[in-house]
This record gives sequence, structure tokens and C-alpha cells, in this order.
Amino acid sequence: MSRQCALLLPRVCAALADPRQPGSDDTCLEKMLDWFRELREGEPTEKLLQDNPCLTEFFSSVLALPEPNPSILSFTLRLAGILAAAEDCFQHLQQRQLLVRLFGEGGPLSSAAWEDASVRSGWVEGVHSMVQHQPALHFICSGGGIDVVFTLQGDPSLFVASAASRLLVHMLTLSVGPEVTLPLNAKDCDWPACAQMIVKHIEDSLQSSSASHIKQSLKLLTSLFGSCQATWTKVLWLGVAKQVESFLTEDSVQAQHMLPDLLLNMARSPVFRDTEGSFWALVTSALEHLTPLQAGPLAVGILKLFQCPQDVRIQALTVLLQPMDCILRAASQPLEYAGLVDESVSDPSTVENLLSSKSSCASLLCQTLAHLEELLSVAYLRVDLPSATLVRSVVIILQFCNGLLIPASPLGSKISQILIGCFRVQRSALDALAALSQWKRCDTVVESLFDVLLAYLESPNTSPTVLKKSFQAMAKWLVHLLHKSFKKQRQTEKSLQDVLLVLQKRLCSPCWEVRDSSLEFLTKLIACLRDQDEFRQSLLSSEVPKLTENLLEDPESYVRASAVTAVGHLAFLTYFFFPESPVAGNQYNKENTVAKLQEILSTDPEVFPRRAVMSIFTMWLQQCCTGELEETERFVSRVIQITERDLDWEVRLGCLEMVQIFTIYMFCRFGLPECPYTPVPSAVTSSISWCEPLQIFCRVKLFGFLFRSLCDCDKPVGQKACDILLALKSHFCQSSMIDSQGSGDLAAGRGIPWLQRTLRQGSLAENFSTGGGNGVDFEDPESMMLALRTIDFEELHSDLNKCSDHVEKSPQSLLEDILAAVGTIEENEADCY
Amino acid sequence: LFQYCLSGHPTLPCNVLKFKSTTIMLDCGLDMTSTLNFLPLPLVQSPRLSKLPGLVLKDGSTFLDKELKECSGHVFVDSVPEFCLPETELLDLSTVDVILISNYHCMMALPYITEYTGFTGTVYATEPTVQIGRLLMEELVNSIERVPKAQSASTWKNKEVQRLLPAPLKDAVEVSMWRKCYSMPEVNAALSKIQLVGYSQKIELFGAVQVTPLSSGYALGSSNWIIQSHYEKVSYVSGSSLLTTHPQPMDQASLKNSDVLILTGLTQIPTANPDGMVGEFCSNLAMTVRNGGNVLVPCYPSGVIYDLLECLYQYIDSAGLSNVPFYFISPVANSSLEFSQIFAEWLCHNKQTKVYLPEPPFPHAELIQTNKLKHYPSIHGDFSNDFKQPCVVFTGHPSLRFGDVVHFMELWGKSSLNTVIFTEPDFSYLDALAPYQPLAMKCVYCPIDTRLNFIQVSKLLKEVQPLHVVCPEQYTQPPPSQSHRTDLMIDCQPPPMSYRRAEVLTLPYKRRYEKIEIMPELADSLVPLEIKPGISLATVSAVLHTKDNKHVLQLPPKPPQPPTSKKRKRVSDDVPECKPLKPLLSGSIPVDQFVQTLEKHGFSDVKVEDTAKGHIVLLQEAETLIQIEEDSTHIICDNDEPLRVKLRDLVLKFLQKF
Repeated sequence: MSRQCALLLPRVCAALADPRQPGSDDTCLEKMLDWFRELREGEPTEKLLQDNPCLTEFFSSVLALPEPNPSILSFTLRLAGILAAAEDCFQHLQQRQLLVRLFGEGGPLSSAAWEDASVRSGWVEGVHSMVQHQPALHFICSGGGIDVVFTLQGDPSLFVASAASRLLVHMLTLSVGPEVTLPLNAKDCDWPACAQMIVKHIEDSLQSSSASHIKQSLKLLTSLFGSCQATWTKVLWLGVAKQVESFLTEDSVQAQHMLPDLLLNMARSPVFRDTEGSFWALVTSALEHLTPLQAGPLAVGILKLFQCPQDVRIQALTVLLQPMDCILRAASQPLEYAGLVDESVSDPSTVENLLSSKSSCASLLCQTLAHLEELLSVAYLRVDLPSATLVRSVVIILQFCNGLLIPASPLGSKISQILIGCFRVQRSALDALAALSQWKRCDTVVESLFDVLLAYLESPNTSPTVLKKSFQAMAKWLVHLLHKSFKKQRQTEKSLQDVLLVLQKRLCSPCWEVRDSSLEFLTKLIACLRDQDEFRQSLLSSEVPKLTENLLEDPESYVRASAVTAVGHLAFLTYFFFPESPVAGNQYNKENTVAKLQEILSTDPEVFPRRAVMSIFTMWLQQCCTGELEETERFVSRVIQITERDLDWEVRLGCLEMVQIFTIYMFCRFGLPECPYTPVPSAVTSSISWCEPLQIFCRVKLFGFLFRSLCDCDKPVGQKACDILLALKSHFCQSSMIDSQGSGDLAAGRGIPWLQRTLRQGSLAENFSTGGGNGVDFEDPESMMLALRTIDFEELHSDLNKCSDHVEKSPQSLLEDILAAVGTIEENEADCY
Repeated sequence: LFQYCLSGHPTLPCNVLKFKSTTIMLDCGLDMTSTLNFLPLPLVQSPRLSKLPGLVLKDGSTFLDKELKECSGHVFVDSVPEFCLPETELLDLSTVDVILISNYHCMMALPYITEYTGFTGTVYATEPTVQIGRLLMEELVNSIERVPKAQSASTWKNKEVQRLLPAPLKDAVEVSMWRKCYSMPEVNAALSKIQLVGYSQKIELFGAVQVTPLSSGYALGSSNWIIQSHYEKVSYVSGSSLLTTHPQPMDQASLKNSDVLILTGLTQIPTANPDGMVGEFCSNLAMTVRNGGNVLVPCYPSGVIYDLLECLYQYIDSAGLSNVPFYFISPVANSSLEFSQIFAEWLCHNKQTKVYLPEPPFPHAELIQTNKLKHYPSIHGDFSNDFKQPCVVFTGHPSLRFGDVVHFMELWGKSSLNTVIFTEPDFSYLDALAPYQPLAMKCVYCPIDTRLNFIQVSKLLKEVQPLHVVCPEQYTQPPPSQSHRTDLMIDCQPPPMSYRRAEVLTLPYKRRYEKIEIMPELADSLVPLEIKPGISLATVSAVLHTKDNKHVLQLPPKPPQPPTSKKRKRVSDDVPECKPLKPLLSGSIPVDQFVQTLEKHGFSDVKVEDTAKGHIVLLQEAETLIQIEEDSTHIICDNDEPLRVKLRDLVLKFLQKF
């Protein structure tokens, strides 16, 4: 602890223990606790207590208060716990009877303050911090503290209850210790005393008739098996296994819903998963006995496991596929296609009942679809998903939801009646359908899939969020199929035409969310399919490009932003990427688009369209499609000119990103190394001097922008500018070492010291804007060369990287803040008199 | 309680309710779908229509070729369009006491009822209903009368001939009931019989029932009706909406506790959500105009058009359509736009508050001011000078058989750039387009029907909980085209009672009570006796006086003086004879105490037997039986009157008299 802090601490402690204070800011108290945790790690804690007797005095004075402030009392308990975590410190506090008074029966436990949840929470946290060594463990177990923890498991405050459960797990783990080897027999097991108490508590609770006690113990076990993978956990399990198993079939306890988490945590632990059949038999039994809604999460967890018996995996998959199978069966009678599940091994009646009930149908389907989507994203799934049949069943769900399907069975009629117009299921089904596009062997159902997606895209009843998801699913499937075999798939081609037609209509929708998601869809299609001739031709011969351009003037800023992105991609498609493409309407030319986007950048009152323009410009430059060198130079110069005064830091940052690309582009062009974007062979330009890029940079007013950005009030902008300047320095200063040493320094150096000074002080951006740089000529290559050489950008860089509150974050500042708050109160008191 | 169902059209109802002693007609909608069988009436000579070939029957006979024409495989009657009237034979319509109108669409048959049937009663409707109803009738009469057609076809209606015709004429029902349009004098005469009412106003009908209009939320001034007596309540729900559009919201609370709820006028397109359809309308409109095409919107001059104009007001600037002219052409366009602005009290809350600012409640005023919306009585005159394309035209009639819309169909039908957008749900758009085929222009069907859908009905019924629901048979089964959609029907318990055209229903409710007033003097004379805590009884002797369906109990006339002369007194009608009243008994006989009393009075051989209904007390010696049951006591003894009287007096001791 620093001397200044040591001097401040007694006053702070006194202030905190002063009952007249209304209670300090919680954030300050939390920060103080963090500080003590750091201190404990840094120096011997006993010395800390000895050097700062104010701490023990603080504990005593808080304990002496008749009605302590709950937040201060909670803080006191937690602080004492942190300090007592070190054994020597524990002894120090014990000798002064402080721990007994704080955590024992006569302390806050029996006071009125205990009613306050924050005090109980402080007690549990304090004990948790303290119990890091056997003496502390003994202190809690023998002093009756453990019974308090048991009780707090059922605390009305969920935070306290959960902390108590965690504390028990911690105590049990500490009590048994990592090295202890126990006989693998629950009866003969000689648990250490504390562990014995906890294990007995668990066993007793599980056997009790109280549902809440049972649930607490199941929670504790879940948490234990999730965090501890020592072999003794198995011994503990053996003692309770039968009891837990009985909960699967006993309805009276209502604890079934807690079992999936418990079993999953066990399945993830090597202690259990490697054992022979009994545990997996329990999992299988759980998959059978739990309701489909409860078994779903267990099944999906099992399927994601790497190590698991294959038969259990198949059983888990059956649980997930059963609702989808029922859907298939409900839609066609007799079944036209192979089902998903072998009916001889699984009874569909439970799932059918759930699906025909209004209250559970949507929940079950949404959960199942979400689980399937989750599984589809798992890279190495150890079972085969029948993706084609799954697609069919998801398509059927979507058909049910918009009344397209004529069900052939009574169950189908019931499901259809429940699902019609159900947005929740529509959304989940569309998500699952989109995820299924990544899987192979789905092509057989493509026709009905496109039909149903088109129906959703066309229907005026589709809600904006469902429409957005329909677009996403359609985009994924179109991209997947067009990439695969465009020419073979007439259906896909026709679907594309239909999609473009519906897109035209949706681009004119009065609902802005619809226009926005239509534009996003278009952008996605162009980005993924721009190298497909058929796609380009269909798109460019439709009305879509014209309607998209109209939306650049949309009243809604989000739509304008999406329109900017779409037009940017369209432009790329039409005249940069494939200049020979036929273009609809003669108003489409490059200058027009660039001018329009530049106008949005300079005049749009909202930030989103301006940010979008910057992203597009950066993309164009990255793809080298801004034209010849002179054209690109003019383009960049204009963009810098527009953007440097922009009020939005993200736009300025976007411009810096573009500038960065531009500098790399120039270096590549002029034969400098590391050229990811080389447009011309470097041999052509190798003879050109390094000066040329510098001159170009000066001409486009790049340096003025960069230096001004260094002093930007938004730090990311300054950091980016500094990165670029560092890169420029390394390029120019290395290559110009020989020929430019010293020449012209005097003439060009005017103002550079000022610039240095200014940059060191930082935040003088206004000087740049008004005074034109106090004599610095940002367009003079010599001056800029000098500036690059002279200014220490490394130092600037590390300054900029410092956290903005690095001064205010110190412990000293924290203590001063607390005292200042007290001071204010004192002043107020004086005023009152 | 009887209901005579005169119309089979669920949204154009016409029912007659016989309730107590009154005969009430509920709405008189006019089914205009019959006009779809007729050729359009062009405003200017249409060479295409006049060159259509006459019908040649399968057997080669051509006697109908003047009356029936063929166009693209469909047969049309070449005559003045005719409408299908409600049933007039089911009951004598001159006996109808009142007609209650729920909205302006449901009164189009009014002149046929009031002017042709000997009707002498009163019609009740709200002011906007009457005013806008008048506009609709005016437009209808005007559209038909301004294109006089010399020919009137009737041969085809002959049953023998009709049998030979191709569908749909062959299957057309009630063709004998089809009538030509009424005239303006008839409209005026019919409207003069209307008495204006306001929402929640209670109207007494002959003292027997009370009728009250309630806001139904569907159109300006649209109402549901409550028809109630003191102990019975019938609700008539017709054309209601729970959506927030321009009219005052629907009053649901007042429909609670109905014995019978007659439910008509639900949405005709239950699968189309009106919001989605408005979006569809705007998208298609914008797409057409941006591509240089014109948009034609066949519509009624009032109703959804106000909401459409409001949507367009918000949409056109954002969609870059500010320079596109919007034309509203109807002989009543001006009146409709102006009327809508003056019925503030009938509008939704938002629009009402605007009036106090003061601002016009509907934004179409601003569209007119800024010249974005122009209205004309017809295509002749100013319109032809101002007409610019591309444009959007709102005009009638939605059937496409008469009105200015016929002209635009002929004008724009040939170009695929143009679009006709159907927003009114009353007519099948394919049937409406049939005489214009082949057609190049795009057709978009965006029916906007804000009336209740089945989900809303289900919620409404749960909320108001009527004892019985009566509805057209169409609502008790899924639509024929979507037989699997069991969600598209009324689902309630007990299941609704359905009706069809020309059916008479006995409504499932029996009247059990009638309210009777007691005159104060008579009430004063009553001496109630408390027989149970909170329940007192009194016997009443009075004269029941009934007049104008009101019943009053009056003091009985004083007992007649003993005749002074020996002449036989003439029995007067006014003074009924009053017999002296025996007191009424109440209470129960505690058997144990009764037996003790019997024993006290010397009956020694009393035996008590329990029976299913009570007890039998046996006096063996006297060979007498006293049968005591909950509601009767019998003393059965054999010709021993003194004993019977003695026993009777003992029994009476336990009972109260009054």
C-alpha cells in the first residue's frame, strides 16, 4: 500500500463507520474491495493489518453500532472475509474475537440487520472469501456457521440462495481436498468432518418430503458436478443415485425439470462418462421418462458430447426428432415419405398430445426447432441428421403456419388450427430452415421449400420480422443452390425470377422494416452471387436496381443506410466488377452513383447512411474499383474533404480506414513491399521515386486530416490516425534515409515544433481548424517528411492507448473520492447550522 | 321470439325480429353481386362491347342473342343491371313496425322496402349513416340513369329458358326477385321515413321494447343495436370492427348479458389482415407509378377510401410520389370528402381532438389543398382538362359494371404498365373483370375489410358471453374454398344457431317474466310477512290493468254494496267480482312436536313412518292418516268431519298464515 493511501485509509475507515453518513456509493465500496483483493495478493496480509490498525478498529466500530447501515455492514463482512483468506490474518482477527463477532451467532446473524438481503449476501460472500484454509473451514463448521449456510440455500433472495449453494460446493471441495483418495463405496467412505456434514445434509434433503429441500440439493449437486471432476464425486453420487433416479418417476416431487442440468453436468465429467452402463442407463431412462419439453435440453446436450455411447445418442436424437416426425405424420396419411423416427421403438402419443394442445404446441415446436438449429451449427456431430426429411418437416410446419397445407389427419387439423398465424413458430422454423441450407442432400425438397418461402415473401400477412427471416432463409438457399449447380436447376432459376419480382414489391412497402430487410437481402445476394452470370443478368434486367436507387432518398435513415450499401454493391456489380454488363436505364453511370453517395456523406443529417457510405467507399477502394490513379486520387481527396468535419466519430474513423487502404494501395502501386492490393505489376513502377506517393498524399490533403485526427476527442480516431502515421513513417523514413537528410529542414520546419508541442498536449483540435496549423504546411511534402521524422509517434501511440481514466483509477483517487463525498456532507451540515 | 331471414348474404343482412308484440326489421342490405351477370354500362360508346356476339344455345337456337352476349367464354345479360332484393314473400312487410339500420352499406334496399310493400313504420339510423347512405344511393342511381339503356332483358329469366343457359346464369338464384334500380324520388321518399338517432339513445317501441344503437367501430355512424325488454335482451351485431380506423371505437361492454346475440357482417376475407393489405396496396401502387403506369382503384365513395387516402398521405412523400396526381371521381366525391370532415362526434378519439385544434380530422383536406388530390363529379368537364398521366384514379363502382370506372377499364385495360387494384371485398375480382377480358393491365387484389375476423369474434363472445348466438350458416363452417381451415368459423358454446335465406327461426329463448307496476295505494295496503330471513311475502288482491304494453296493478274495487233493491244487479265489465280470499299458509311441520301435540290432545297410538317425500303419521285407533310432505299435508280420515277439523286445527297451529 502506498504511503499516501496509508495516510488516507484511517480517515476513510472512520468516515465509513460513522453512523451519520448516509452510506457510501456502492461502486466505491466495490472498488475498495477489489483494491484489497489486489493488496492481499501483493503483500503479506498480516503486515497489512498490523500496519493499518484502522482496519481492525473499523470492524470493531461497525460491530459496535446499534443500527449499522446494511450496505456498510455487508461491506465489512466481505472485507473481513477477504482479509481472513490469508491464514495469518485469520489468526490475527480470531485473536481479537472479531471473526466470531462478525460471522458467529452473536453477530449480524442475530441482529435486525439480517433481514436485509445485502447483509446476508455480504455474510455468504465474506465466508466464501475466508474459507480458503482448514482453520477457516473448521471455524465455520464447528461454530454453527454451516447450518446458516444450509438455511440460506432457501433464502428468498435468489442471489443469496445461489451464493450459499456455491459456498457449500466450495466448502465440500476444500474439505475433501484434491489429493484425498476415498474407497469407491459410499458406505465405507470416511469423509472429513465438514464434508461429512454437507454430504449428510444432501442425503437427508433428498430423502425428505420437502420439494424445496430436494431442489436445493439437486442444484447443489448440479453445481458440484459442473465444477469438480475429482473421483470422490462419484462416491458421493453412489450414495444418492437411487434417490435421484426415483425422482424421474415420482410426480409428487416435481423435481424432474432439474434433472437435465444435473445429468448433463455429470455427462461432461470424465468421472461419470467413463463408467460402465449405470450412469448412461439413467440418462436413457431420463430421456424416456421426462416430458419432451424437459428432455429436449438434455437430448441436445447429449448430442453435443464427444464421448457418449452411440445408443444413448440415438435415443437423444429420437427425442428431438419425434415432434418433427409427428408433424410429418400429421400432414400426410398414410405417410408418403419415410418418417424420422422408428415408431416401433418410440411411442409418439405423448408428443402428439402436446402438439394437439394449444398451450404446449408452439412451445414444443419452437424449442425443438431451436435445438435442431443449434445442432446444425455443431461442426462435428457424431450422428447423422436426416436433413432432407428435416427440411420437409420444417417446410410442413411453415405450411401449417400460413394455412397452405390441407392436413390429412385429425391431428394435422388440430395442429393446423393452432399454428395458423403463429409468428413464434414461423420465426423458429425459418431459422432452422436457414441453418439446414448448409447441409447436403437436401435438394430433393427444394421445390416445395422455395414455394413456401415465396409464399411467405409474397403474403401481405407476413409480419416484418417473419419476412426478414424469410429473406434470410431464401438468401441462404439461393446462394447454396446457385453456387452448386445453377444451370441444372431450372427451379432455382425460376425461383430467382420470382424472388426478384417479390423484391420489387417489397422495396416499395410502406413499412420501413420491410424495405430495410429487402435491401439487406439484395446486398447479401449480390455479395454472394456476383460472379454468377445468370444472377447478374436477371438482376440487372429487373426493376430492382432502379427501385433500390430510389431508396437512397428514403425518409427512414436505416433504410437509406441499407440502400447505400445495396447501391454500393450494385455499382460494384454493374460497372466495376463487370463493366460489360448491360445496364438498365442510362442514368446508371459511375459518376452519378459516386456523386450521389458523396452527397449523402456530406448532407445526410443521420449518421447511419453516412457510415454506410464510408464502408462502401472503403470496400470500393479495397477492391480497386475507383478507377485510374488520378481518378482515385480525386476521389479520396474529395472524401477526406467531406468527412474531416463530420460530427460522427465512426464516420471519421471510417474515413481513416479508407485512407489506410489508400496508402497501402499507393505503396503497392509504386512498388513498395507488402502489397495486398497490387493492381499493376510492380516492375512498371519500381523506378519511380518514393516522393511520388508522398506528393500524392500531400495533394489529397491526407496529412492535415491525419494530424488533426491525432487530436480527435474520440480516442479510436486518434489511435487509428497514429497507426497510419506510424506506418507512413516506417515507409518514408526508411526509404528516404539517404537522400533527404537535413535538406530544407529550416524552410520546411516552420511550425513543426508547434505541432509537436500541440500533439504532446493533445486535444487542441480547434487550433488546427482555425489557425491552419500555425504555419505548418500540411500539403508540403518536405514539411511532412520532417514532421514524420521528428515527431515521436511511438510515444503518442502509447499515450493514446492509455485508458482515459488512468489518472482517476488509482486507489488514492478512490479514497479521496470517498472522503470528498464525506466532506460534502460535512459542508452541508455546516450550512444547516 | 322469431327471426325471419330475408337475405342469405352474411354481410348484407335483412332479418325481421318478432319480439313481444313488435315486428322489427334489422337492416335491409341489397345484394348487388347479381350485377356481375350484366354487361358494363360504358359512358361512351364502346365498339368492343357493342360488337360482342349474341349467345347461341347448344341446340343452335338464337332467340336469346339480343339479350345475352358472349365475351371470352362468359355470357352476360345485355340490359340495365338488376339487383337481388331481400325476400318479400316470407311475411307481410307492411306489418313491420320499425327498421333499424346498422350502417350505410346495409340500407341500400331501403327504397324497395319502404316504397313497394305498404310499409308505414319508422326507420331508425344515425345521421352519418343516412347522409352517406344517401350519397351511395345517389351515386348508384346517377351511374345507372346517366347511361339510359333502351333494352330490358327478361326472356332469359323464364325458368325453362334459364335451365338451358351456361353457368353462372343457369345457377343464378331468385332471378324473379331481381329488380332494376330505384329512382331518386323513391330514394328521397325512403329517406324521409328515417328518424335520426344517436349512440346510446334509448328508443321506446310501443312501450314493449327499447332499442339502442351502439357504436360498432366499422364506419362513420355504424351501429350495433340492443333490443331489450325488462327481462330479455337481444343484441344485433352487424358490421363491427375492433381496428383503430377513423370511426368511433366499438362499444363492446353494452353487449354483455345478452340472451340472444345475432351476429352478422363479419369480414368477407378472413385470411387477409387489413394492415398487410394496405401495405400491399401502397407497394403495388408505387411500383406501377414508378414504372410509368396508371393505377385504377374501383371503390365506394365513402368508407375505406378515407383510410386509404390517409395512408397515402403519409406514404406518397416518402415513396417519391409527390408529383403523381390522385383523382377521385364520383358524382358525390365532393360531398363525401366534406361530410367526412364534419361528423366529428362520430370519429375516433384522435380525430375528434383534431377538431378542437382546430384542424380537419382527415388529412385528405391537406391533399386537396396542395392539389395532390383532385375530385370531380365525372370524367366529363374539368377532369378531361386536368387529366395527367401517370396517375391514380379512385372511382366507382367496384362491380365494374357501371360508373366512371367502366371508362378507365376500357381506356387502360390494354397496357400492361397499368394496374387495377381491388380494395372492396364485396365482389369477386375475377368475375368483375370477366367482361373486360382479354386484359393486359395488371390486376391486384387487396381486399381491405376491417370487420371482425373469427379470432376477434371468439374473443368478443368470450367477453360478452351471450346465452345464445345466432348467425348466418356461412359462419358455422369453413369457407368452401378452404375446407381445412376450421379456424375460419365461429367456435362457441353452445354452438351457434344458423340461418339461411327464407328461413324462419324460433330463437332459443323463452320469455318467463313480465314487469308489472304496483300502484302506491295498493303497495301501502300490503302487509309483508317475513317467512325466511330476507324474504317477505304478502298476498295481493288487485286488478291488472294493461295498456300500451305496460301492466299496472291497481286497488281492487270496493266490495259491492248489498243490493238495495231486489233487482238483479247487472254484472259490470269494469268491476270484476271479488271473492273473499282464503289465507295462504307457509312453514313446515316439525314431526316430533306434532306427535307430542297429538298425544297431548289424547291420541295415544301415534305411529310415524318415514317416506321418500316426508312422513306419515298414523292414528291407528281412529284409522286416520296424516301425510306430511314438503309442499302438502293431507289428512285422510274416514267420514269423521269433527276429527278432520280437529286435526286440521292442530296442523294449522304449526303454520303461518297471511
